[in-house]
Amino acid sequence: MTSLTEKLKEEERKGFLRFSTAGSVDDGKSTLIGRLLHDSKNVYEDHFKAISKDRRADEQPDWALLTDGLKAEREQGITIDVAYRYFATAKRKYIIADTPGHEQYTRNMATGASTADLTIILIDARNGVLPQSRRHAFIASLLQIPHIIVAVNKMDLMDYSEEVFNSIRDEFGDFAARLQVSDIRFMPISALMGDNVVERSERMPWYNGESLLEILDNIYIDSDRNLVDLRFPVQSVLRPDQNFRGFSGQIASGVMRKGDELMALPSMKTSKVASIVTFDGELDEAFPPQSVTVTLEDEIDISRGDMLVHVHNRPRIERQFEAMVVWMDEDQLDVDETYYIKHTTQTTQAMISELRYRVDINTLSKEDADTLVVNEIGRIVFLSHQPLKYDAYEKNRATGSIIMIHPVTNRTVGAGMIIEREPSEALPARMEHGEGAVTHRDRKGKVELTERMERMKQRPVTIWFTGLVSVGKRSVAQELERRLFDRKAHGVMLDGGALREGLSRDLGFATADIAEHLRRMAETARLLNDHGQIAVCSVVSPEAGLRRQARDIIGKERYIEVFLDAPLEWCEEQDETGLYAKARKGDIKNLAGVNMPYERPEHSDLTLRMDQVDVNTAVEQILDLLETRNIFHN
Amino acid sequence: MTTYRISHLKHLEAESIHIIREVAAEFDNPVMLYSVGKDSSVMVRLAQKAFYPGRVPFPLLHIDTSYKYREMYEFRDRFCEENDLDLVVHGNRKAVADGANPYDLGTQACCGLLKTRALLDGLNAGGYDAAFGGARRDEEKSRAKERIYSFRDAFGQWDPKNQRPELWNLYNARLKKGESIRVFPLSNWTELDVWHYIYYENIPIVPMYFAREREVVDLNGTLIPVKNFPFPKALAGKPVKKIMCRFRSLGCSPCTGAIPSTATNLEGIIDEMVSVRTSERANRVIDHDQEGSMERKKREGYF
Repeated sequence: MTSLTEKLKEEERKGFLRFSTAGSVDDGKSTLIGRLLHDSKNVYEDHFKAISKDRRADEQPDWALLTDGLKAEREQGITIDVAYRYFATAKRKYIIADTPGHEQYTRNMATGASTADLTIILIDARNGVLPQSRRHAFIASLLQIPHIIVAVNKMDLMDYSEEVFNSIRDEFGDFAARLQVSDIRFMPISALMGDNVVERSERMPWYNGESLLEILDNIYIDSDRNLVDLRFPVQSVLRPDQNFRGFSGQIASGVMRKGDELMALPSMKTSKVASIVTFDGELDEAFPPQSVTVTLEDEIDISRGDMLVHVHNRPRIERQFEAMVVWMDEDQLDVDETYYIKHTTQTTQAMISELRYRVDINTLSKEDADTLVVNEIGRIVFLSHQPLKYDAYEKNRATGSIIMIHPVTNRTVGAGMIIEREPSEALPARMEHGEGAVTHRDRKGKVELTERMERMKQRPVTIWFTGLVSVGKRSVAQELERRLFDRKAHGVMLDGGALREGLSRDLGFATADIAEHLRRMAETARLLNDHGQIAVCSVVSPEAGLRRQARDIIGKERYIEVFLDAPLEWCEEQDETGLYAKARKGDIKNLAGVNMPYERPEHSDLTLRMDQVDVNTAVEQILDLLETRNIFHN
Repeated sequence: MTTYRISHLKHLEAESIHIIREVAAEFDNPVMLYSVGKDSSVMVRLAQKAFYPGRVPFPLLHIDTSYKYREMYEFRDRFCEENDLDLVVHGNRKAVADGANPYDLGTQACCGLLKTRALLDGLNAGGYDAAFGGARRDEEKSRAKERIYSFRDAFGQWDPKNQRPELWNLYNARLKKGESIRVFPLSNWTELDVWHYIYYENIPIVPMYFAREREVVDLNGTLIPVKNFPFPKALAGKPVKKIMCRFRSLGCSPCTGAIPSTATNLEGIIDEMVSVRTSERANRVIDHDQEGSMERKKREGYF
């Protein structure tokens, strides 16, 4: 049956998207999901029969009955727990976490959001923006969900009015602007009538966007997988017989290869990867989210809760850490209690050094607090018995998240997102009332970026040149830096080769080294941007995942990718470094285009055919792009 | 070349292995519920993968109602033998001896005695603090709300309003004496995923899943095979038909019917799945005997 093989191949190619839905109690979430499932033909006949029972033929079925699974919910007509739903279209497979909007169940919204790539916030067009909608947007930003869709529902009850939609969009947009949200979209729908859910509606000709399902099918999901920083939390030590000793776990981030030199934390002992073992055979490399078993060349002491990382790329190892915590328990936070903390595969006890502040979710202001009650959010400084090996949540969801467990009730009482910690002396012990928006990356120093931008008359961005060796990256970067200077802009060129002589001089050309090199360049660029400077980076950066990583470090709104394109043969002809010749002879490995793939960028901001334009023309085009992006303010 | 992406199925597999390893590492005495069905077969394969090259470090527990089909018993014993698995069988012997059956007791009371009671006794007898089950959230509405680690009190009961929040992949394994956890490593799998996985991984399943000609009686739309049926009286006088059919899910012979089907192999089943329009448990008499019946059974300690 070849048709089946083809069908399975098709299945293989399907993308995978996890999203959560949130909204106030009567916004019609369950109806929307029921509608999505039904109209995309994912509801079974017997289920459909059950929800259409007792309805006249001309009445809409009670869609919510499809998802409100618990008796208490059906009786009260509200959703009280996270329900997971599964459906598929020709393009993607979906997992929906349907979360309640009722205030007392806000913790469930955080639960659903913790694994989501996207969230849909529903707003009842009749009621406009409610505190609950703000709360959800805030939690979505706190949990760093990359995409938010605000669906203004029940448009059928407001005569499909554009004005109603626009005023809600503007009000919500003003609020969202104060949050760290990278992508937010607004759309008008009627879940009950099916407008703009699966099919675009003819009743709202003023809306030109895609239907909800089209957006879900087509949205470009940045994988939040981090392929740069290898983090392998050890789940267990596998020792079936005298000859085998392996460390089992799931790769949280980064790429591990056979032969890589690894460091075990917290012991700091090093060894090399001897093999990566799976039931289906040994692997040469492993990456997230694979579950594998690793053996090392040397016998070093490693146990559950330890972490294997690359020698030159380590997380923080500290007993003191700070996190934004969503309080989830009916019993309030007791700052004198010692809680259990579960972080990756490690469980340790921790005391509360300080509750710095509570965030008022409606106004985003920080307030003094002695405790947190259920559904409140606050910033806590912890002191743990054992050190954690952590990264900031913003950089690494897997190694930046914790849960808090009460030592007596054993309930999960809090969920925390670890934040980049400033030196404690830089932080005020208590926050003033009514301060501005909470930012996840509080900045050091007394000079605000906005002040620098005003003086420098520019918006700091990073122009990231990617392309094969000898395509002309350095020449273009040099010329661009000169031209920026001439027009009194402030730019700094960061050259991959130059960096390798200093900052990255401990790194070679193994794949992991290349990744670390790029991470350092991206961090440097970010530092420059944070201080108002335009960064001009020229580095091969052959892998799409690594470029995405660089973009994430630098910030999406600051990252401008310029792809310098030319045929490989042309680059080889231009080559003065001799690298191509060496690679052809097999003397060097990992030269992009020759013995390592160069993944062509698909979404560059600008592509220049370097075999067809000269350096000056190239630089002109880049400056034009910067003009259109309003980088220069004079 | 490499994009560092894996298929949807491999993704699910990695997640399930992570869960199984967490449980093995954090609990003193886990056990894996084994129902002989396709989901159990998949779950066992995932456990083998989780501990390879070692063997599965916990036993399988089969709750035997005594009403399973003969093919299931044969398959169970051969499967455990061939895969070097420790099998524990537990049943409510007293109720079986007393002749408990769904016709005299009704399906609810019968399930209560032969499944729920037997399960709770079996877990107690073994002193297990964690029990894996092969349930999936896409099976039934109340299952859709179940956590991956489902907390049960000392009586094995589920309180849907008092579930522990479950964030990221951080599972709370802390228990007091007598409490236990039911763990569902296949939570995020769909029925289609399970079949695809069986196909890719070449996992053995009970032949009852495949269609062949069977002599059946149509009881309110449920096709009950007459061969070896333990309650011939219930079928007396009803016309026996010979039709191509298969079982979509396996349960006790009085309460699990076959569906008409021509799918004689895995390819056929998957083909059928892609176009199927009724849910998997529609052929289970027990699930829809009363609104909310699955939720009620779960509250009482059922899986």
